[in-house]
Amino acid sequence: MKLKYFAWVRERIGKSEETIEPPPGVDTIEQLIAWLARRGEAYAHAFETPRVIRAAIDHAHVKPDAAIKGAREIAFFPPMTGG
Amino acid sequence: MTANVSIRIQQDDFDIAREIAGLTKGRSDIGAVVTFSGICRGSEDGASIAALTLEHYPGMAEAEIARHAETALSRWPLTGIRIIHRVGRLAPGENIVLVVTASQHRQAAFEAAEFLMDYLKANAPFWKRVEGADGASWIDTRDHDDAAAARWTKS
Repeated sequence: MKLKYFAWVRERIGKSEETIEPPPGVDTIEQLIAWLARRGEAYAHAFETPRVIRAAIDHAHVKPDAAIKGAREIAFFPPMTGG
Repeated sequence: MTANVSIRIQQDDFDIAREIAGLTKGRSDIGAVVTFSGICRGSEDGASIAALTLEHYPGMAEAEIARHAETALSRWPLTGIRIIHRVGRLAPGENIVLVVTASQHRQAAFEAAEFLMDYLKANAPFWKRVEGADGASWIDTRDHDDAAAARWTKS
């Protein structure tokens, strides 16, 4: 699946998107965040406070317990500040 | 009659008069047009700002705003909606966002414009980065923006 990162999540990770294959047992958004946070210092920094991270699956907002099975594109970003 | 809805995300500035005309021209069933424009301030929490840079999530931003426009159409008798959100680098005094709502009567137009702005601020995937005297930083979310959006949710 494709992952996309925005704003300071993108800056901390150092890339705007990548394709990953999560291992078995990583079934929800919060499990995916925990797994990503273990991929190195940059990811650990980006995901150091999981409760502030917002997520979207295929362009729709989702909660941390949302299942990631079948997702084409998952995005992680800080709370929105548009308008 | 179907409502006239347009949603745009663009770097360029917009012309408010032209957007209003796009909703009202050739029609005699509209009695009220409300416009809201958001403008880049020259200071934030007392610190001066050189510019804002707006980042967005292409695809989702349009989809999210379209969902809110659909909700507004289902809740108020609107004849049209225009929403324009600018992205890229914007200097103080420049336009950031425009919401225009048209209806037969003013109450629907006022309420729908406020609803759309509150939802857009809390849920549309845009992020503001501020260039100030001490370098650049991302603007924090304001809790009152989430509260403003939440008050439209009927329990």
